[in-house]
Amino acid sequence: MNGIGFIKGMLLTLRHFVESYVDDVRYGFKKYSPNVDNFQQRQGTQAAGVFTVQYPDEKVAMPERFRFVPFLVVEDYDHPERPGKDWCTSCGICAKVCPPQCIWIVRSNDPATGRPVPEPEAFFIDIDICMNCGFCAEYCPFDAIKMDHDYELASYDRTTSHIFDKDKLSKEFKYWKTIAPNRAIDEAQARGGWEHKDAQKAARRGGGAADSKREEVRARKEEEQKQPVASAPVAQETKPAAAETPAPAAATSGGGEKPWTDSEEERERRKQAALARKAARASKRE
Amino acid sequence: MVDMTVPNSPATSIEDAIADLKAKFPDAVSDDKREGYSGVIVSKDKLLEVARYIHDTLGFDYLSSATAVDYLGEGNHSNDHLEMVYHAYRTTGGKALVFKAQTDREKAELPSLVSVWKGADFQEREAWDLFGIRFQGHPNLKRILMWEGFHGFPMRKDWHEAYYEQDHKPFDSRWPSGHVYRAEERNIFGKNVKYPADIDLSKLTDISESSMYEGFGMGVEYTQVRDGEGMATDQLIVNMGPHHPSTHGVFRMIMRLDGETVTHLEPVMGYLHRNHEKIGERNTFLQNIPFTDRLDYISSMGNNHGYVLAVEQLLALAPKYTPPTYRTEVLRVLMVELTRIVNHLWAIGFWLNDLGAFFTPVLYFIQERERILDFFEAVAGSRMMCNYMRFGGVFADLPERIRTVANLMNDRVRDFNTMQFLTEMINERIPRTIDELDEYLTNSDIVRVRSEGVGYLSREDAINYSAAGPLLRGSGVAYDIRRAEPYSIYDELDFDVAVQYEGDMYARYLVRLQEMRESVRILKQILPRLEYTAGESVASPFAYSGKVPIGEAYGRVENGKGELGYYVVSAGDKKAAANPWRYHVRAPSFINLTPLGVMAKGGKVADLVAILGSIDIVLGETDR
Ligand code: SF4
Ligand code: SF4
Repeated sequence: MNGIGFIKGMLLTLRHFVESYVDDVRYGFKKYSPNVDNFQQRQGTQAAGVFTVQYPDEKVAMPERFRFVPFLVVEDYDHPERPGKDWCTSCGICAKVCPPQCIWIVRSNDPATGRPVPEPEAFFIDIDICMNCGFCAEYCPFDAIKMDHDYELASYDRTTSHIFDKDKLSKEFKYWKTIAPNRAIDEAQARGGWEHKDAQKAARRGGGAADSKREEVRARKEEEQKQPVASAPVAQETKPAAAETPAPAAATSGGGEKPWTDSEEERERRKQAALARKAARASKRE
Repeated sequence: MVDMTVPNSPATSIEDAIADLKAKFPDAVSDDKREGYSGVIVSKDKLLEVARYIHDTLGFDYLSSATAVDYLGEGNHSNDHLEMVYHAYRTTGGKALVFKAQTDREKAELPSLVSVWKGADFQEREAWDLFGIRFQGHPNLKRILMWEGFHGFPMRKDWHEAYYEQDHKPFDSRWPSGHVYRAEERNIFGKNVKYPADIDLSKLTDISESSMYEGFGMGVEYTQVRDGEGMATDQLIVNMGPHHPSTHGVFRMIMRLDGETVTHLEPVMGYLHRNHEKIGERNTFLQNIPFTDRLDYISSMGNNHGYVLAVEQLLALAPKYTPPTYRTEVLRVLMVELTRIVNHLWAIGFWLNDLGAFFTPVLYFIQERERILDFFEAVAGSRMMCNYMRFGGVFADLPERIRTVANLMNDRVRDFNTMQFLTEMINERIPRTIDELDEYLTNSDIVRVRSEGVGYLSREDAINYSAAGPLLRGSGVAYDIRRAEPYSIYDELDFDVAVQYEGDMYARYLVRLQEMRESVRILKQILPRLEYTAGESVASPFAYSGKVPIGEAYGRVENGKGELGYYVVSAGDKKAAANPWRYHVRAPSFINLTPLGVMAKGGKVADLVAILGSIDIVLGETDR
């Protein structure tokens, strides 16, 4: 022991110190300027020296598979047929597979017959409990729930704002196509087209004849919604459905039916509601 | 370097050992005939004797795991009982000798095996704490994860946690009429805790603190204490932690000091205890995978691996079973070896922190870690909570490109070819960092002066205390599960087991350094395998509601911190169950603390911090 090892170590520290300025010089002391396109280089395998990301002035964009809390896919708000329509069929698989059990789904029932309708009446995710595991997205058979990339969810209040309801969770299908373009393509291929499985099925069947029963249910619900009902913890009387797990695909069977045919006004109403939601979200973001 | 060849001649096989055991103790030892179970059942009055024979004569010198199971109301097992399950190994390699002892639930008592394997110490305390099995002859039978005075034994099947909802997930309240509520809202006391009027708080006694100081000789007259030279001296009892920056989390040590010298030390843990195992029993088999991420949160890939291996052992009992494809295994090894490098970079870096080199070395090392985590993020979706492995598969194959997509304000985009990124990382960056680390520290006078000869653990102690990982190999025991009982594709990979003989902190450092080099060596063999298996399926055949055949399994892997084992029991009236009956984690961070007292004794307080750092613990795993 003669101090040589120690001196060598200090030289290494010195080298690191010098290296941390190399980039600064190379980019004319504008290393972090948004006008300099060097992020790829700075963060790559050939990078040397300091590679700190200056959050929040710059952020590392997320890879496609990145998972934060989930969101619900809804049809694009300018979709010609089904604007803002939930992709979720309330099959309940995500709620069953969720490890910390933070997904709560109220399935819609036809008020007259008590038979389930493939659409969630309410959908909640307690994002405090969500462990960001991605199982819900992985096992959803309808590509209706996806993991979001927006990780900036910190807020001052824990108890009131962290149970996300359907409004807060819903995002356009378009959005998924922007944040995960490749995955969206793969999934569409597996589904057999860009549209939701049910919509495709309907298209294959030729559509045309309005699904009278579904229309009926819709109308009745409309009636009910005239009196605003708080969706949250209202204890509802739910008749235990006779069929245990109504496979949503089976529920739409009946031959030659189109799973969704909205009236003009209904479509318009949905679209407006959806746009309002979007605007509200956008303004909150400011 | 020692290349370990496993002498598995028939004379030393497990079957022979069991036959020998049964011949020697015909009345006390019988085969475990339950479906899907293995090993022997030992009658409890002969347990100590049999254990001693297993250790001394049969040569099973390493007690890997000792844990309890509560068979309450489990139809297939005739009567309700508690059962201790022991997995003993030979440090020369080979399979486990599994032996079990059963006891009544009401009067749960078993002889303690601490006198045979000291490694049973904490594990028996845990079984006492969580299951209420009283171990006769245990030198220090106190609660270990819960506090003294806690009511009940939480891992028993009839114990229900706060906000208990149902025995098994999925909970019925979530679907189809999932009207959301917060569990806290169900607190019957509302926001304030109100005590019933007839309870006088001043009369409640809290023994949790005072009981910890038992055995420390508190209140002993100083005149009665002699130091080494026979001089009357005062002794000081010092608490370090739980909120101490150098304890790597909420960990506490109580020590008795003679001047600067530690004369007695006891670790106190459980501040991060969340009864991971009880949660695991409520969960379905699948749901446990993301929970394992949270054990040793530095190496979540390794945690996933151990668990899926255990469950795959059970799945293999089914008449129809598709083993993971070769590519799946290749991907798994790729991930866990990268994880090992991450773990060791972290461990060495923070150990340097403990030695007083505040954060400069760590930052140099975790730069490399960042690259690896970028890769994990692109492949698995998360940097640390990877949740990557599935039963019989993995979450997804490597993406073609590590591409990011701008979404938030100020997002900056990167786009790399995955294989190129990986190749550059494995062939250039990581070896370069390891060499740099070597140059920086190995011959640094300060590191050597501080660490050579400090925190000594002898070879015999290391084995007997069930130390694992670099702690064991730094004491001259060339025991690495990847070689001793190969899993996955390790038997076809070429690497050496890193071993050092000095048994001090410096030896552990060298083991870690060497192990990173060996990992790079493995990774270099993985790269061509990745190329030629491209396109093979890696999908898991396990459905979201999949069931696992009944039986027991112990899956263990060599994780960065040591042997990580999962003891999983699937039980039920049917052929298969959706939820584990028992889910136990043999946590290296927990068991490696057993010899902490021995290592610290006689050392200085300042070294204690570094000794703890050289064990390398993560409290998420210690406390579970
Ligand atoms: S799994 Fe998909 S379709 Fe089923 S309830 Fe969940 S989000 Fe809806
Ligand atoms: S990400 Fe995981 S924890 Fe979160 S809602 Fe989905 S399944 Fe549940």
